[in-house]
Amino acid sequence: MAKLPKPSELAKISLTPPAKPWMDVVTDIRQGMYCHGAKAKNLAALELPNARDFKVAEEDWQLPEDWKETVLNGIKERLEKFRTFHVFMDICVRCGACADKCHFFLGSGDPKNMPVIRAELLRSVYRKYFTTAGKVFGKTAGARELDIQTLKEIWYYYFQCTECRRCSLFCPYGIDQAEITIIGRELLNLLGLNIDWICGPAANCYRKGNHLGLEPHTIKSSVEFFLSDLEDITGITIEPTFNRKGAEILFVTPSGDLFADPGTYTAMGYLMLFHELGLDYTWSTYASEGGNFGFFTSMDMAKRLNYKIYAEAKRLGVKWILGGECGHMWRVLHQYMDTFNGPADFLEVPKSPITGTVFDSAKGTKMVHIVEFTADLMKNNKLNLDPTRNDHLKVTYHDSCNTSRGMGFLEEPRYVIKSVCNHFYDMPEDTIREKTFCCGSGSGLNASENMELRMRGGFPRANAVRHVHEKHGVNLLTNICAIDRASLPPLMDYWVPGVKVAGTHELVGNALVMKGEKERTVDLRNEPLPGKAGAEGGEADV
Amino acid sequence: MSLSRLLTAQKSPILDKWFALILSTYPSDAAQFFRKKSTFTNPVGHTISQGIEDIFDGVISGAALEQYRPFLDNIIRVRAVQDFTASKAVAFVFHLKTAVRAVCLKKIAAERLHDDLLDLELRIDELSLMAFDIFMQCREKLYDLRANELRDRTLWILKRSGYVTEIEDEPGEIPGERINVKPTKEVN
Amino acid sequence: MGMYVAFLAVAGLIVLAFLGVQAAGLHFLFGALIPYIAFFLFVIGFAYRVFLWGTSAVPFRIPTTAGQMQSFPWVKSNKFDNPSNGFGVVIRMALEVLLFRSLFRNTKSEIHDGRLIHGSDKWLWLFGLMFHYSFLIIFIRHFRLFLENVPGFILIIESLDGFFQAGVPFVYLTDLMLVAAATFLFARRVLLPQIRYISMAADYFPLFLILGIAISGILMRYFIRVDITGAKQVIIGLVSFQPAPSAEVGVIFYIHLFLVSTLLAYFPFSKLMHFGGVFLSPTRNLANNSRMVRHVNPWNPDVHVHTYAEYEDEFRDKMKKVGIPVEKE
Repeated sequence: MAKLPKPSELAKISLTPPAKPWMDVVTDIRQGMYCHGAKAKNLAALELPNARDFKVAEEDWQLPEDWKETVLNGIKERLEKFRTFHVFMDICVRCGACADKCHFFLGSGDPKNMPVIRAELLRSVYRKYFTTAGKVFGKTAGARELDIQTLKEIWYYYFQCTECRRCSLFCPYGIDQAEITIIGRELLNLLGLNIDWICGPAANCYRKGNHLGLEPHTIKSSVEFFLSDLEDITGITIEPTFNRKGAEILFVTPSGDLFADPGTYTAMGYLMLFHELGLDYTWSTYASEGGNFGFFTSMDMAKRLNYKIYAEAKRLGVKWILGGECGHMWRVLHQYMDTFNGPADFLEVPKSPITGTVFDSAKGTKMVHIVEFTADLMKNNKLNLDPTRNDHLKVTYHDSCNTSRGMGFLEEPRYVIKSVCNHFYDMPEDTIREKTFCCGSGSGLNASENMELRMRGGFPRANAVRHVHEKHGVNLLTNICAIDRASLPPLMDYWVPGVKVAGTHELVGNALVMKGEKERTVDLRNEPLPGKAGAEGGEADV
Repeated sequence: MSLSRLLTAQKSPILDKWFALILSTYPSDAAQFFRKKSTFTNPVGHTISQGIEDIFDGVISGAALEQYRPFLDNIIRVRAVQDFTASKAVAFVFHLKTAVRAVCLKKIAAERLHDDLLDLELRIDELSLMAFDIFMQCREKLYDLRANELRDRTLWILKRSGYVTEIEDEPGEIPGERINVKPTKEVN
Repeated sequence: MGMYVAFLAVAGLIVLAFLGVQAAGLHFLFGALIPYIAFFLFVIGFAYRVFLWGTSAVPFRIPTTAGQMQSFPWVKSNKFDNPSNGFGVVIRMALEVLLFRSLFRNTKSEIHDGRLIHGSDKWLWLFGLMFHYSFLIIFIRHFRLFLENVPGFILIIESLDGFFQAGVPFVYLTDLMLVAAATFLFARRVLLPQIRYISMAADYFPLFLILGIAISGILMRYFIRVDITGAKQVIIGLVSFQPAPSAEVGVIFYIHLFLVSTLLAYFPFSKLMHFGGVFLSPTRNLANNSRMVRHVNPWNPDVHVHTYAEYEDEFRDKMKKVGIPVEKE
């Protein structure tokens, strides 16, 4: 049925009365679509301007008198500081290739969610104040005044973009809405217009080292909690170290893995793996966050939070750094960290102490992705694995936007997953790898109050999961991203009940046969392992 | 000729009309986009076009309507997260009546099938009640998801810090034993 | 709305040239002065815009990666869609600029009801490519008019272009293709609601202008024949800075020339600058090697950070209590 519209349909289309131009449509800021405004205390903790409590639903956002000037000066400054921004403001030809690539547009049909229009929201202001044509011809040249309505519209839609870069992939000039959103959010931050779901974690991370605000003793007790579970499950006592000087490797992972299911099972997987290898590594309570919600605030904020990783590596005197499973964390580590806070000349080129493999692809940053690390172990047969322990699982894999389109990390996770489970089914081609669909909650939009937005934005992803769920009986959606682990469970609950969500190293932990372990009867979730002693039935009923 | 045979014969124009009526509930720009029905690159358009066909078959088959709940569910689940009020979200079910009348009314008059038409419309009414239920379930689910996220976060902290323990259902284990964390006051 | 404005603007330009040349006899204005000014604007404007972009910093290396990165020797990497070195970038850019790689990605085929269905998006790639290449070949063909002795490669291009030898004078394929492609690009802006929604006057204007140029050129060649030798004299006069616009050549020639001048003058101020911009797009023209080679941000700011010492000062007691090592006891 899907094909070019029939001539008769085309005729019908031209009869439809033309819609109002987007500029004439006043944006209605709807509840369920936005996140709460940033709180004064969090803005202040981050030394951000205009710290005050503001309510999105209220008319008055308590902006400074000269807000317009601030934004325009901000634009001018950023045109000079970012060639991306400058070029992207100028060269869009509005070919429409990006229009139907955005998950928010696909889920909502709201035309202002087309990446091209989302960019035009800001571009129209740029034209008005920075181009001759815009100054002279105004609206005819696609230019408009920066007024309070326009500002609120930009705020509304720039916090409906998850910076996933799918549009950029299809753009003939590589125009990247993520980049425009990042800069748009920087401008909004000049006025204190952040959301609390970003600002709160960033403030926590700045002071306490991680997004959740876990203090050092709480981090330790969280990990100890896993250890006690692991002892029950495997019979093995694991003793990780914290802030230990002289360790070979510093391990940094998103703090979400320490705090909420199912990320916690992924963290348990890390602990088991490192113990089994006898790895000389340490956790840090100071650099206890791999993720970077500063990245959703401004480049400077991202740098300020990212600083701790190298600083801690230096203080502890480690040789290199290993990073856990997380999406935007790896975008920052891969594309920004060395530029922000490098050069990391006090570290050594990472070398796996188990296989001897030198990670040349990380010779600059000296930071290795744990999935790379594990894939190398598996390739060299250093792990004793029993994939049948995952036989009750039919697995598919969700590529995170950031690791796919900001890194190109596609095969390693699949290699690891296929090594630890026997039933793997990829989703349809247009929805995976570099063309992957976002979870709908990235870039700090995984709050609860915008659940409606998250559900519709995640629909294209969920729809592809449903396909493999119905076709192959897939019951587990794996990923390498802490935000996915937090946001995909409700997404599945709404669209594809019966599919659970897990990090990749949870499966590794399950399949890993450890030296001296007792016979496993339950998996990391304390659920009976089918076909094993003590288990009740072998139904794949997850 | 019976009404169901007439409807079967006219299935394609009725579905086209119904689909067009549903699209007209979206802003016109979105509507034109959803016209494309590709499974993965346009899941909304696909869900609607596939769903109404299944529902249509169900309505004219005379089988128990409950069987067709999943198809109704697919469409309403989408509309429940798209800027619609409750009445607008489920109104598309009634549009089937409009579509049938628009396409078949003359034939129905000619064949004197008015009684059958009344029966059909009763079935559609029944379907629409079901649609209301599904819509409410979807919205409740959304609020559940919101509430659960908030609850889980809090509960987790309380459990970890030993403030809350669960009664173990297996004998031999002491409640809270597996929580070896000392209660701390500085919970964030 | 934007479409009408653009249409009227182009129609106005045509009328202006017609009246200026035919009624007012301003041959020198339209045949020399305006082309010179336009060319000047084009060169200076284009260079200035590229210069401005060039002065903007590239603080981060952020290619959009479109395939597997280079990692282990045993993982096959996608060297061109995710290049890890300069050579890969050159190929990626060449694929992008010469073959519209990203738009081609848009093409996809799906199986529906057992039939293979092609997505409509491949048409954009096809007609986009056709549009640009026809334009390029026509542009090259026009060198015949700029040079006294026509170089061999232009003759070869001409003979290929006129392969079918149909009509007198024989029809150039590129003439037809340019009009067809521009018409397609226009039609999709009008017929596809999504594209209509995002289109502005600045999108229709260059299309109408280029259509105007193509049609006036075609009229000149096939229908309202102009004195081709006279036309060549005028053009060679222009390029040798001895302008001698002649009234003999026919008004359609001057309309054609005026539209071309407008296009040149308009170019640097418009979205047509994508021609220059595509080469400068940091999501395409950088290698994905950020973990191997440090990229330097020219304005890397000093930022206020929260140091370990401050952190330990705040939490020292709690750390000591649970046995986490500290710097100061």
